Amino acid sequence: MLTKRIIPCLDVKDGRTVKGTKFVDLRDAGDPVELAARYSDEGADELVFLDISASQEARKTFLSLVERIARAIQIPFTVGGGISTVDDVMHALDAGADKVSLNTAIVLRPDFLLEASTAVGSQSIVAAIDAKRSSNGWGVWIKGGLEETSLDAIAWARETVRLGAGELLVTSMDTDGTKEGYDLELLRTISECTRVPLIASGGAGTKEHVRDAITLGKADAVLAASIFHYQQISLSEIKEYLQKNNIPVRI
Amino acid sequence: MIGIIDYGAGNIRSLGNALERLGKPFFVSQDVNELQRADKLILPGVGEARSAIESLDRVGLLQWLTTVRVPFLGICIGMQILFEHSDERDTACLGIVPGRVARFDDTKLKVPHMGWNRVNLKAQSALFEGIRDGEFFYFVHSFGAPLVPDTIGATEYGQQFSSAVQHENFYGVQFHAEKSGNAGLHLLRNFVELC
Repeated sequence: MLTKRIIPCLDVKDGRTVKGTKFVDLRDAGDPVELAARYSDEGADELVFLDISASQEARKTFLSLVERIARAIQIPFTVGGGISTVDDVMHALDAGADKVSLNTAIVLRPDFLLEASTAVGSQSIVAAIDAKRSSNGWGVWIKGGLEETSLDAIAWARETVRLGAGELLVTSMDTDGTKEGYDLELLRTISECTRVPLIASGGAGTKEHVRDAITLGKADAVLAASIFHYQQISLSEIKEYLQKNNIPVRI
Repeated sequence: MIGIIDYGAGNIRSLGNALERLGKPFFVSQDVNELQRADKLILPGVGEARSAIESLDRVGLLQWLTTVRVPFLGICIGMQILFEHSDERDTACLGIVPGRVARFDDTKLKVPHMGWNRVNLKAQSALFEGIRDGEFFYFVHSFGAPLVPDTIGATEYGQQFSSAVQHENFYGVQFHAEKSGNAGLHLLRNFVELC
Protein backbone atom coordinates (compact mmCIF):
# COMPACT_ATOMS: atom_id res chain seq x y z
CA MET A 1 0.00 0.00 0.00
CA LEU A 2 1.26 3.43 -0.90
CA THR A 3 2.37 5.26 2.22
CA LYS A 4 1.59 8.86 3.12
CA ARG A 5 4.65 11.06 2.84
CA ILE A 6 6.06 13.44 5.41
CA ILE A 7 7.97 16.23 3.70
CA PRO A 8 10.06 18.75 5.61
CA CYS A 9 10.28 22.03 3.72
CA LEU A 10 13.31 24.27 3.79
CA ASP A 11 12.97 27.89 2.74
CA VAL A 12 16.40 28.99 1.58
CA LYS A 13 17.55 32.59 1.44
CA ASP A 14 21.12 33.40 0.42
CA GLY A 15 22.25 29.87 1.22
CA ARG A 16 20.65 29.60 4.67
CA THR A 17 17.42 27.98 5.81
CA VAL A 18 14.90 30.50 7.11
CA LYS A 19 11.34 30.29 8.35
CA GLY A 20 8.77 33.02 8.80
CA THR A 21 5.21 33.37 9.95
CA LYS A 22 2.51 34.11 7.40
CA PHE A 23 5.20 34.64 4.76
CA VAL A 24 7.10 37.35 6.70
CA ASP A 25 9.33 37.75 9.79
CA LEU A 26 12.17 35.44 8.76
CA ARG A 27 14.31 33.58 11.30
CA ASP A 28 17.51 31.64 10.62
CA ALA A 29 17.02 27.88 10.85
CA GLY A 30 20.39 26.45 9.83
CA ASP A 31 22.49 25.08 6.96
CA PRO A 32 20.25 23.50 4.30
CA VAL A 33 22.58 20.61 3.43
CA GLU A 34 23.06 19.72 7.09
CA LEU A 35 19.33 19.89 7.74
CA ALA A 36 18.61 17.85 4.60
CA ALA A 37 20.96 15.08 5.69
CA ARG A 38 19.49 15.10 9.18
CA TYR A 39 15.91 14.86 7.92
CA SER A 40 16.85 12.11 5.49
CA ASP A 41 18.44 10.09 8.32
CA GLU A 42 15.42 10.68 10.54
CA GLY A 43 13.05 9.21 7.97
CA ALA A 44 11.82 12.12 5.85
CA ASP A 45 10.13 10.71 2.75
CA GLU A 46 11.03 13.65 0.54
CA LEU A 47 12.30 17.19 0.92
CA VAL A 48 11.30 20.52 -0.57
CA PHE A 49 13.67 23.45 -0.95
CA LEU A 50 12.21 26.82 -1.81
CA ASP A 51 14.61 29.54 -2.88
CA ILE A 52 13.23 32.77 -1.56
CA SER A 53 16.23 34.88 -2.54
CA ALA A 54 15.35 37.63 -4.91
CA SER A 55 18.47 38.24 -7.00
CA GLN A 56 19.87 36.39 -10.02
CA GLU A 57 23.27 35.86 -8.33
CA ALA A 58 21.59 34.20 -5.39
CA ARG A 59 19.79 31.90 -7.81
CA LYS A 60 23.09 30.64 -9.22
CA THR A 61 24.27 29.96 -5.69
CA PHE A 62 21.05 28.04 -5.17
CA LEU A 63 21.82 25.71 -8.10
CA SER A 64 25.18 24.81 -6.61
CA LEU A 65 23.38 24.19 -3.34
CA VAL A 66 21.02 21.84 -5.20
CA GLU A 67 24.05 19.90 -6.45
CA ARG A 68 25.42 19.62 -2.91
CA ILE A 69 22.04 18.45 -1.61
CA ALA A 70 21.80 15.80 -4.35
CA ARG A 71 25.16 14.39 -3.28
CA ALA A 72 24.28 14.49 0.41
CA ILE A 73 20.91 12.72 0.38
CA GLN A 74 19.45 9.68 -1.33
CA ILE A 75 15.77 10.57 -1.20
CA PRO A 76 13.71 12.58 -3.68
CA PHE A 77 13.59 16.34 -3.43
CA THR A 78 11.76 19.20 -5.06
CA VAL A 79 13.09 22.68 -5.62
CA GLY A 80 11.15 25.84 -6.24
CA GLY A 81 11.31 29.60 -6.11
CA GLY A 82 11.66 31.89 -9.09
CA ILE A 83 11.59 29.13 -11.72
CA SER A 84 10.10 30.78 -14.78
CA THR A 85 11.51 29.20 -17.93
CA VAL A 86 11.93 25.68 -19.30
CA ASP A 87 15.69 26.29 -19.05
CA ASP A 88 15.32 27.01 -15.33
CA VAL A 89 13.46 23.70 -14.99
CA MET A 90 16.17 21.81 -16.87
CA HIS A 91 18.94 23.40 -14.82
CA ALA A 92 17.28 22.43 -11.55
CA LEU A 93 16.74 18.83 -12.68
CA ASP A 94 20.24 18.60 -14.14
CA ALA A 95 21.62 19.79 -10.81
CA GLY A 96 20.01 16.74 -9.23
CA ALA A 97 16.51 17.81 -8.17
CA ASP A 98 13.75 15.29 -8.90
CA LYS A 99 10.94 17.77 -9.26
CA VAL A 100 10.43 21.48 -9.60
CA SER A 101 7.71 23.46 -7.92
CA LEU A 102 6.17 26.17 -10.09
CA ASN A 103 4.05 28.96 -8.70
CA THR A 104 3.99 32.61 -9.79
CA ALA A 105 5.33 31.99 -13.31
CA ILE A 106 2.56 29.55 -14.25
CA VAL A 107 -0.12 31.93 -12.99
CA LEU A 108 1.32 34.74 -15.09
CA ARG A 109 1.79 32.46 -18.10
CA PRO A 110 -0.09 29.14 -17.88
CA ASP A 111 1.48 27.95 -21.17
CA PHE A 112 4.76 27.70 -19.29
CA LEU A 113 3.29 24.85 -17.25
CA LEU A 114 2.33 23.00 -20.42
CA GLU A 115 5.78 23.60 -21.93
CA ALA A 116 7.55 22.42 -18.79
CA SER A 117 5.45 19.29 -18.33
CA THR A 118 5.85 18.42 -22.01
CA ALA A 119 9.62 18.91 -21.80
CA VAL A 120 10.36 16.89 -18.67
CA GLY A 121 7.17 14.94 -17.96
CA SER A 122 4.41 15.55 -15.43
CA GLN A 123 6.16 13.43 -12.81
CA SER A 124 8.73 16.19 -12.33
CA ILE A 125 6.29 19.11 -12.20
CA VAL A 126 4.65 20.28 -8.99
CA ALA A 127 2.12 23.09 -9.21
CA ALA A 128 2.35 25.16 -6.03
CA ILE A 129 -0.72 27.15 -5.11
CA ASP A 130 -0.79 29.80 -2.38
CA ALA A 131 -4.43 30.10 -1.39
CA LYS A 132 -6.15 32.57 0.89
CA ARG A 133 -9.74 32.56 2.01
CA SER A 134 -11.98 35.17 0.41
CA SER A 135 -15.65 35.99 0.67
CA ASN A 136 -16.56 33.12 -1.66
CA GLY A 137 -13.94 30.38 -1.38
CA TRP A 138 -10.20 30.78 -1.80
CA GLY A 139 -8.21 33.12 -3.99
CA VAL A 140 -4.79 32.47 -5.51
CA TRP A 141 -1.94 34.72 -4.43
CA ILE A 142 1.43 35.03 -6.12
CA LYS A 143 4.89 36.52 -5.61
CA GLY A 144 5.34 34.89 -2.23
CA GLY A 145 1.93 35.94 -1.04
CA LEU A 146 2.31 39.61 -1.86
CA GLU A 147 -0.07 39.90 -4.76
CA GLU A 148 -3.66 38.80 -5.12
CA THR A 149 -4.92 37.42 -8.43
CA SER A 150 -8.42 37.01 -9.81
CA LEU A 151 -8.05 33.21 -9.84
CA ASP A 152 -10.14 30.86 -7.76
CA ALA A 153 -7.85 28.32 -6.06
CA ILE A 154 -10.05 25.29 -6.75
CA ALA A 155 -10.51 26.10 -10.43
CA TRP A 156 -6.82 26.90 -10.77
CA ALA A 157 -5.85 23.57 -9.17
CA ARG A 158 -7.91 21.70 -11.75
CA GLU A 159 -6.45 23.79 -14.55
CA THR A 160 -2.84 23.08 -13.47
CA VAL A 161 -3.56 19.35 -13.64
CA ARG A 162 -5.01 19.77 -17.12
CA LEU A 163 -1.82 21.61 -18.13
CA GLY A 164 0.37 18.77 -16.90
CA ALA A 165 1.09 19.22 -13.20
CA GLY A 166 1.90 15.80 -11.73
CA GLU A 167 1.40 16.88 -8.15
CA LEU A 168 -0.15 19.78 -6.24
CA LEU A 169 1.42 21.64 -3.33
CA VAL A 170 -1.34 23.61 -1.68
CA THR A 171 -0.42 26.17 0.95
CA SER A 172 -3.00 28.00 2.97
CA MET A 173 -1.75 31.53 3.60
CA ASP A 174 -4.27 31.86 6.40
CA THR A 175 -2.75 29.03 8.41
CA ASP A 176 0.88 29.08 7.24
CA GLY A 177 3.30 29.44 10.14
CA THR A 178 0.52 29.70 12.71
CA LYS A 179 0.89 26.12 13.98
CA GLU A 180 -2.88 26.03 14.37
CA GLY A 181 -3.52 23.32 11.81
CA TYR A 182 -3.97 22.99 8.06
CA ASP A 183 -6.94 24.45 6.19
CA LEU A 184 -8.70 21.09 5.95
CA GLU A 185 -11.62 22.31 3.89
CA LEU A 186 -9.31 23.76 1.26
CA LEU A 187 -7.33 20.52 1.07
CA ARG A 188 -10.32 18.24 0.91
CA THR A 189 -12.03 20.31 -1.75
CA ILE A 190 -8.97 20.22 -4.01
CA SER A 191 -8.14 16.58 -3.30
CA GLU A 192 -11.64 15.47 -4.21
CA CYS A 193 -11.72 17.26 -7.55
CA THR A 194 -8.24 16.39 -8.86
CA ARG A 195 -6.57 13.07 -9.66
CA VAL A 196 -2.94 13.79 -8.86
CA PRO A 197 -1.21 13.58 -5.46
CA LEU A 198 -1.82 16.48 -3.10
CA ILE A 199 0.74 17.85 -0.66
CA ALA A 200 -0.78 19.77 2.25
CA SER A 201 1.08 22.83 3.45
CA GLY A 202 0.68 25.59 5.97
CA GLY A 203 -0.18 25.36 9.62
CA ALA A 204 1.28 22.19 11.11
CA GLY A 205 1.83 22.57 14.83
CA THR A 206 1.03 19.16 16.27
CA LYS A 207 0.97 15.55 15.12
CA GLU A 208 -2.82 15.66 15.26
CA HIS A 209 -2.71 18.38 12.61
CA VAL A 210 -0.67 16.12 10.37
CA ARG A 211 -3.11 13.25 10.89
CA ASP A 212 -6.09 15.50 10.16
CA ALA A 213 -4.54 16.74 6.90
CA ILE A 214 -4.45 13.11 5.74
CA THR A 215 -7.71 11.77 7.16
CA LEU A 216 -9.92 14.86 6.87
CA GLY A 217 -8.02 16.90 4.28
CA LYS A 218 -7.44 13.79 2.12
CA ALA A 219 -3.87 14.81 1.46
CA ASP A 220 -1.38 12.29 0.07
CA ALA A 221 1.56 14.00 1.69
CA VAL A 222 2.11 16.66 4.32
CA LEU A 223 4.68 19.36 4.23
CA ALA A 224 5.91 21.15 7.30
CA ALA A 225 8.79 23.38 8.23
CA SER A 226 8.92 24.99 11.62
CA ILE A 227 7.86 21.99 13.70
CA PHE A 228 10.90 20.14 12.36
CA HIS A 229 13.46 22.94 12.21
CA TYR A 230 13.13 23.78 15.87
CA GLN A 231 12.82 20.11 16.81
CA GLN A 232 9.47 20.52 18.47
CA ILE A 233 8.32 17.14 17.14
CA SER A 234 10.54 14.55 15.52
CA LEU A 235 9.73 12.90 12.23
CA SER A 236 9.72 9.47 13.87
CA GLU A 237 7.29 10.68 16.55
CA ILE A 238 4.88 11.84 13.86
CA LYS A 239 5.22 8.65 11.84
CA GLU A 240 4.67 6.40 14.85
CA TYR A 241 1.61 8.43 15.74
CA LEU A 242 0.22 8.13 12.21
CA GLN A 243 0.86 4.39 12.20
CA LYS A 244 -1.07 4.05 15.47
CA ASN A 245 -3.90 5.86 13.73
CA ASN A 246 -3.90 3.29 10.92
CA ILE A 247 -2.31 5.58 8.37
CA PRO A 248 0.29 3.78 6.22
CA VAL A 249 3.74 5.30 6.65
CA ARG A 250 7.28 4.21 5.87
CA ILE A 251 8.99 3.20 9.11
CA MET B 1 33.42 -0.93 -14.79
CA ILE B 2 29.71 -0.05 -14.69
CA GLY B 3 28.37 1.57 -17.82
CA ILE B 4 25.42 3.90 -17.41
CA ILE B 5 23.49 4.11 -20.64
CA ASP B 6 22.82 7.74 -21.49
CA TYR B 7 20.04 8.26 -23.99
CA GLY B 8 19.23 11.78 -22.94
CA ALA B 9 16.20 10.92 -20.86
CA GLY B 10 17.30 9.49 -17.55
CA ASN B 11 18.14 11.14 -14.28
CA ILE B 12 21.78 10.16 -14.59
CA ARG B 13 23.11 12.46 -11.95
CA SER B 14 21.10 10.80 -9.17
CA LEU B 15 22.29 7.37 -10.21
CA GLY B 16 25.86 8.63 -10.45
CA ASN B 17 25.60 10.17 -6.99
CA ALA B 18 24.37 6.85 -5.61
CA LEU B 19 27.20 4.87 -7.22
CA GLU B 20 29.71 7.43 -5.99
CA ARG B 21 28.36 7.01 -2.50
CA LEU B 22 28.88 3.25 -2.85
CA GLY B 23 32.41 3.85 -4.14
CA LYS B 24 31.66 2.06 -7.41
CA PRO B 25 33.40 3.48 -10.50
CA PHE B 26 31.23 4.05 -13.55
CA PHE B 27 31.15 5.80 -16.88
CA VAL B 28 28.29 7.34 -18.81
CA SER B 29 27.97 6.74 -22.53
CA GLN B 30 25.63 6.29 -25.46
CA ASP B 31 28.36 4.78 -27.65
CA VAL B 32 27.88 1.08 -28.26
CA ASN B 33 31.65 0.50 -28.60
CA GLU B 34 32.28 1.98 -25.16
CA LEU B 35 29.28 0.29 -23.55
CA GLN B 36 30.40 -3.10 -24.87
CA ARG B 37 33.41 -2.85 -22.59
CA ALA B 38 31.29 -2.45 -19.44
CA ASP B 39 30.99 -5.46 -17.16
CA LYS B 40 27.66 -4.18 -15.79
CA LEU B 41 25.08 -1.96 -17.48
CA ILE B 42 22.45 0.29 -15.97
CA LEU B 43 19.66 1.91 -17.96
CA PRO B 44 18.10 4.66 -15.85
CA GLY B 45 14.94 6.34 -16.89
CA VAL B 46 12.29 8.89 -16.26
CA GLY B 47 9.74 10.11 -18.75
CA GLU B 48 7.89 7.80 -21.05
CA ALA B 49 8.38 4.54 -22.93
CA ARG B 50 7.93 5.81 -26.46
CA SER B 51 10.55 8.55 -26.21
CA ALA B 52 12.94 6.16 -24.43
CA ILE B 53 12.60 3.58 -27.22
CA GLU B 54 12.96 6.25 -29.90
CA SER B 55 16.03 7.78 -28.22
CA LEU B 56 17.69 4.36 -27.85
CA ASP B 57 16.94 3.65 -31.49
CA ARG B 58 18.31 6.99 -32.60
CA VAL B 59 21.66 6.41 -30.89
CA GLY B 60 21.81 2.87 -32.27
CA LEU B 61 21.44 1.00 -28.97
CA LEU B 62 17.98 -0.53 -29.29
CA GLN B 63 18.84 -3.76 -31.10
CA TRP B 64 22.14 -4.14 -29.29
CA LEU B 65 20.43 -4.08 -25.86
CA THR B 66 18.66 -7.38 -26.52
CA THR B 67 22.02 -9.04 -27.19
CA VAL B 68 23.70 -7.88 -23.98
CA ARG B 69 25.29 -10.73 -21.99
CA VAL B 70 26.55 -8.83 -18.94
CA PRO B 71 24.25 -8.09 -15.97
CA PHE B 72 21.85 -5.35 -16.98
CA LEU B 73 19.65 -3.26 -14.67
CA GLY B 74 16.78 -1.18 -16.04
CA ILE B 75 15.29 1.40 -13.68
CA CYS B 76 11.72 2.77 -13.97
CA ILE B 77 11.16 3.25 -17.73
CA GLY B 78 14.34 1.21 -18.08
CA MET B 79 12.42 -1.71 -16.57
CA GLN B 80 9.20 -1.11 -18.50
CA ILE B 81 10.90 -1.29 -21.87
CA LEU B 82 12.13 -4.81 -21.04
CA PHE B 83 8.51 -5.91 -21.57
CA GLU B 84 6.94 -6.64 -24.95
CA HIS B 85 4.74 -3.64 -25.20
CA SER B 86 3.71 -0.44 -23.41
CA ASP B 87 0.29 1.12 -23.75
CA GLU B 88 2.07 4.46 -23.33
CA ARG B 89 1.56 5.76 -26.86
CA ASP B 90 1.20 2.13 -28.04
CA THR B 91 4.91 1.38 -28.01
CA ALA B 92 6.62 -1.86 -29.00
CA CYS B 93 9.37 -2.59 -26.47
CA LEU B 94 12.31 -5.00 -26.19
CA GLY B 95 10.31 -8.16 -25.47
CA ILE B 96 12.85 -9.67 -23.09
CA VAL B 97 10.11 -10.11 -20.48
CA PRO B 98 6.62 -11.15 -21.65
CA GLY B 99 3.62 -8.90 -21.08
CA ARG B 100 2.10 -5.50 -21.68
CA VAL B 101 2.64 -2.42 -19.53
CA ALA B 102 -0.68 -0.63 -18.93
CA ARG B 103 -1.78 2.68 -17.46
CA PHE B 104 -3.11 2.77 -13.90
CA ASP B 105 -6.82 3.40 -13.73
CA ASP B 106 -7.05 7.08 -12.85
CA THR B 107 -10.79 6.89 -12.35
CA LYS B 108 -10.01 4.95 -9.16
CA LEU B 109 -6.47 5.99 -8.28
CA LYS B 110 -4.34 9.07 -8.12
CA VAL B 111 -1.89 8.88 -10.99
CA PRO B 112 1.12 8.97 -11.00
CA HIS B 113 1.70 6.36 -8.32
CA MET B 114 4.09 8.55 -6.40
CA GLY B 115 5.82 7.83 -3.12
CA TRP B 116 7.13 5.00 -0.97
CA ASN B 117 5.54 1.59 -1.32
CA ARG B 118 6.41 -1.95 -0.32
CA VAL B 119 8.06 -4.50 -2.56
CA ASN B 120 6.95 -8.04 -1.72
CA LEU B 121 9.47 -10.61 -2.83
CA LYS B 122 8.13 -13.26 -5.21
CA ALA B 123 11.25 -15.20 -6.09
CA GLN B 124 14.81 -15.58 -4.93
CA SER B 125 17.18 -13.10 -6.57
CA ALA B 126 20.64 -11.83 -5.74
CA LEU B 127 19.26 -8.34 -6.39
CA PHE B 128 17.32 -8.47 -3.10
CA GLU B 129 19.93 -10.34 -1.04
CA GLY B 130 19.74 -9.08 2.56
CA ILE B 131 16.71 -6.85 1.85
CA ARG B 132 13.62 -7.60 3.91
CA ASP B 133 10.42 -8.78 2.28
CA GLY B 134 8.11 -5.76 2.12
CA GLU B 135 10.88 -3.16 2.15
CA PHE B 136 9.90 0.36 1.05
CA PHE B 137 11.17 1.87 -2.19
CA TYR B 138 10.35 5.14 -3.95
CA PHE B 139 8.08 5.03 -6.99
CA VAL B 140 7.00 7.59 -9.58
CA HIS B 141 5.13 6.17 -12.56
CA SER B 142 1.80 6.20 -14.32
CA PHE B 143 2.07 2.82 -16.06
CA GLY B 144 2.41 -0.55 -14.37
CA ALA B 145 3.85 -3.87 -15.54
CA PRO B 146 1.82 -7.09 -15.11
CA LEU B 147 2.79 -9.98 -12.87
CA VAL B 148 4.66 -12.51 -15.03
CA PRO B 149 6.85 -15.58 -14.43
CA ASP B 150 9.89 -13.24 -14.41
CA THR B 151 8.45 -11.15 -11.56
CA ILE B 152 10.75 -11.17 -8.52
CA GLY B 153 9.04 -8.33 -6.64
CA ALA B 154 5.41 -7.18 -6.58
CA THR B 155 3.75 -4.04 -5.28
CA GLU B 156 0.14 -3.12 -4.66
CA TYR B 157 -1.43 0.04 -6.05
CA GLY B 158 -5.08 -0.60 -6.79
CA GLN B 159 -3.82 -3.88 -8.21
CA GLN B 160 -0.64 -5.93 -7.96
CA PHE B 161 2.04 -5.00 -10.46
CA SER B 162 5.62 -6.09 -11.13
CA SER B 163 7.99 -3.82 -9.23
CA ALA B 164 11.03 -5.99 -9.96
CA VAL B 165 11.74 -8.53 -12.68
CA GLN B 166 14.60 -10.76 -13.68
CA HIS B 167 15.09 -12.67 -16.92
CA GLU B 168 18.51 -14.33 -17.04
CA ASN B 169 21.02 -11.43 -16.94
CA PHE B 170 18.33 -8.76 -17.33
CA TYR B 171 17.10 -7.15 -14.12
CA GLY B 172 14.53 -4.41 -13.87
CA VAL B 173 13.09 -2.35 -11.03
CA GLN B 174 10.13 -0.03 -11.36
CA PHE B 175 11.12 2.04 -8.32
CA HIS B 176 13.95 4.54 -8.24
CA ALA B 177 16.63 2.60 -6.37
CA GLU B 178 18.89 5.65 -6.63
CA LYS B 179 16.32 7.65 -4.64
CA SER B 180 15.21 5.00 -2.17
CA GLY B 181 17.49 5.81 0.73
CA ASN B 182 19.52 3.01 2.32
CA ALA B 183 17.34 0.24 0.89
CA GLY B 184 17.97 1.57 -2.61
CA LEU B 185 21.72 1.77 -2.03
CA HIS B 186 21.65 -1.79 -0.71
CA LEU B 187 19.95 -2.99 -3.89
CA LEU B 188 22.39 -1.13 -6.15
CA ARG B 189 25.29 -2.61 -4.20
CA ASN B 190 23.76 -6.06 -4.67
CA PHE B 191 23.54 -5.48 -8.40
CA VAL B 192 27.14 -4.38 -8.62
CA GLU B 193 28.60 -7.02 -6.29
CA LEU B 194 26.33 -10.06 -6.54
CA CYS B 195 24.56 -10.10 -9.89
